[in-house]
Amino acid sequence: MSKVEFNKETGPREVFCGLTSIVWLHRRMPDAFFLVVGSRTCAHLIQSAAGVMIFAEPRFGTAILEEKDLAGLADAHEELDRVVNDLIARRPEIKTLFLVGSCPSEVIKLDLATVAEKLNKRFLGQVRFVNYSGSGIETTFTQGEDGALKALIPLMEASDEEKLLLVGTLANNVEDRFKKIFRNLGISNIESFPPRQSTELPKIGKNTKVLLTQPYLSDTVRDLKHRGCEIISAPFPLGIEGSTEWFLGAAKAFKISELKVHEIISPLINRAKLALESHKEILKGKRLFLLPESQLEISLARFLHNECEMDLIEVGTPYLNKDLMKEEINLLPDNTKIVEGQHVEKQLDRVRESNPDLVVCGMGLANPLEAEGISTKWSIEMVFSPIHGIDQAADLAGLFSKPLKRNQILTSKTLVTH
Amino acid sequence: MELTLWTYEGPPHVGAMRIASSMKDIHYVLHAPQGDTYADLLFTMIERRGQRPPVTYTTFQARDLGGDTAELVKKNIKESVERFKPKTLLVGESCTAELIQDQPGALAKGMGFDMPIVNLELPAYSKKENWGASETFYQLIRTLLKEKVSYSEKISPLRWKEFGRRPKVNILGPSLLGFRCRDDVIEIQRILSEQGIDTNVVAPLGAGPDDIERLIDAEINICLYPEISEASCEWLKRNFGMEYTNTIPIGIKNTIEFINEVHKKLDLPLTNKKELENKSKLPWYSKSVDSNYLTGKRVFIFGDGTHAISAAKIAKEELGFEVVGLGTYSREMARQVRLTAKDLNLEALITNNYLEVEDAMKKAAPELVLGTQMERHSAKRLGIPCSVISTPMHVQDVPARYSPQMGWEGANVIFDDWVHPLMMGLEEHLIDMFKHDFEFVDGHQSHLGHTATNKKDNLNSDEKKEKNSKEGIIWTESGRAELTKVPFFVRGKVKTNTEKYAILRGIPEISDETLYDAKAYFS
Repeated sequence: MSKVEFNKETGPREVFCGLTSIVWLHRRMPDAFFLVVGSRTCAHLIQSAAGVMIFAEPRFGTAILEEKDLAGLADAHEELDRVVNDLIARRPEIKTLFLVGSCPSEVIKLDLATVAEKLNKRFLGQVRFVNYSGSGIETTFTQGEDGALKALIPLMEASDEEKLLLVGTLANNVEDRFKKIFRNLGISNIESFPPRQSTELPKIGKNTKVLLTQPYLSDTVRDLKHRGCEIISAPFPLGIEGSTEWFLGAAKAFKISELKVHEIISPLINRAKLALESHKEILKGKRLFLLPESQLEISLARFLHNECEMDLIEVGTPYLNKDLMKEEINLLPDNTKIVEGQHVEKQLDRVRESNPDLVVCGMGLANPLEAEGISTKWSIEMVFSPIHGIDQAADLAGLFSKPLKRNQILTSKTLVTH
Repeated sequence: MELTLWTYEGPPHVGAMRIASSMKDIHYVLHAPQGDTYADLLFTMIERRGQRPPVTYTTFQARDLGGDTAELVKKNIKESVERFKPKTLLVGESCTAELIQDQPGALAKGMGFDMPIVNLELPAYSKKENWGASETFYQLIRTLLKEKVSYSEKISPLRWKEFGRRPKVNILGPSLLGFRCRDDVIEIQRILSEQGIDTNVVAPLGAGPDDIERLIDAEINICLYPEISEASCEWLKRNFGMEYTNTIPIGIKNTIEFINEVHKKLDLPLTNKKELENKSKLPWYSKSVDSNYLTGKRVFIFGDGTHAISAAKIAKEELGFEVVGLGTYSREMARQVRLTAKDLNLEALITNNYLEVEDAMKKAAPELVLGTQMERHSAKRLGIPCSVISTPMHVQDVPARYSPQMGWEGANVIFDDWVHPLMMGLEEHLIDMFKHDFEFVDGHQSHLGHTATNKKDNLNSDEKKEKNSKEGIIWTESGRAELTKVPFFVRGKVKTNTEKYAILRGIPEISDETLYDAKAYFS
């Protein structure tokens, strides 16, 4: 392991909670509905993060707890029952309904598992009910996906068929590219989790080789292991380096020669390097500060340093699973400062002191930092954009070069105005 | 439990954040888990604020719940006070913290600070954002002024005469995430100043605790946004005798009425009455011949109470529209909205469910929708032009240009904003003249894009799905052919009216003649 510096910090935070991951999960599985059992705050959070207004009726909603629901839990269970009945009557196309726990539902100990069990019996053959918690007292941002996937694992049937299982939500076009490349490598049985239809869950077993596409799936990985799956150890497919190692990791698990991998992906690498050049020119030597939010920070830092030659000031992450991130951490330069957790005020003090060229942060902080003259990139864009794979390396770099380029244009002294 | 897919208002603590963020020298310690920090983006992204809201979230986690969350609250309060040095501290809790009952306000008061501390109790499971803003503003004023109640005389609105100076007023209610507040304040201050009236304090927007303490230097209060400031104005009236205004200066008539009301309260003679009628271009633009086509345009209105009521008055009395629907999501203003609706022979729609609003909109078959950003989307789906008149805020509602809703310039803005989405008068006339020419493209669209207005939705798919209308009425070949000749923007209305007529008359089949019969009947 390279000599990185690990730090922990606690204090006031500035991050989304796990409910936010519904924003991309519901798009991945269009036959599912996500029903948050929570407060008006939960509803307001999701609509603010997702720009809900463009939908006639979105595939997610909130059963808002009211005063009378807090008075007696029995009544709350009954009320939830009523809401679910109404919802299913209105949206008969729903195949899977996720009951999503929130901070208030966790605190009052609303037992969503029991509710789900009862509903599963009643709607047998029509709708499946699954429950998980996206609460902010337990989860940060992308951890919501971890919870949702973990909740689906018990529904996955067993099979000893050999297969490659890609785990973590990917943009559909990126997923198609990956599958094509794996087929070219000679791996033909490839499935994704989450699948594109909630009812088409992959079967898993001792010959399932799991390749993670996202770094935030600790709990899912643990449960897949319990089901006998083999977890392929690799960095994550961000950038050329990460993606190459990722393909190599899979190839090794399927006993495919390294030579074959290089043969297939070298043309891709060559063209990606070419595409990366113009971004590297802008990013090279620039100093980067990553605030914690998506858990993608370590992989991004590795890509931006190793392939775009940026200097890393601090790499924040809301949560660090050293085991899962081992391969990534190995690729980081020595003395990288990783900070797990957050004290947002102290961290912003460090941002100002270190005078970075670019800060990766949440939307709440971006404009205030810009107003102080610090260029920013909002981290939420990483989970909404197709950034995985060799072919997307330049696009990924583009997310970071754009604010710097824009800054250059706007502050350019060559503009003659009169 | 209430199933909510989208909500017009956030939780009450977001209302408190609106007050804190609008002001200077205030800090708000919010006992809340990390996810609640999303609310910062409402200010930094939607309002494009270059400062973070002055809010510290205690960020308690599940593992803290077994331990001492009260200690966590105290730690955050201590750190915030040291770091931000506020002149007044707001302390409160969000929905989850309300359940664990740490009573952060009481904790803060026991910590021995010498600054005023406002303990905010905002019930998250029964109240909403505007109520939270109103309550916070009221509690803040009460905390900062309650000691002065006992030794202050009742404030006479006429005392400026004794003092030998111009009358002074406070403008209360404008806040961040309020609809066009930034510009309304400038417009109203300008109008008052022209009338010889000075502004003492504008609050909460831009004010600090020191300004709140000198609210009582003014003679009267202007209650500009009752949703936010009525409770405060009422308290100031009860305790200091300060009168406050009731008229909201949106539209020409209400602006003039507002000026009258202020003058009357201050006993200041109104000498430029005639002049006032020519301050805005709205009256003349509305009278000019091109505006003839606005007559009787069917308008559906939904928004916060204040803006919906004002819009109804302008629509009917100043633009000559016909109001065919009126509603609000502000339950606190339901009574007033109902009264206004009754005057228009309508039943007010009071709801927080946007799907109900969309249904009502569909049924009312309006030609123009005045609503929130959500109604703009609903109207787009239905192919109806829309102008936004109310919160909840969207980044488009914070335009770069000066764009008030109130006062003279507000009336100009309203005329443009409401009329431009419609097809222009001459344009409509020409389309009517040339609609049978082969060059005329069926589905000709206004430049503001009626993306949803297409043959498919209006006619073809309807035909396929329900060749016969719901009531079993059949459209004959000639009837359908004639219907296609009707310009798309009134086709839906013609179709409904003709069917209504057919039912009324017991006509089982609609032919081209039935269409004309119906047209004559309804004209």
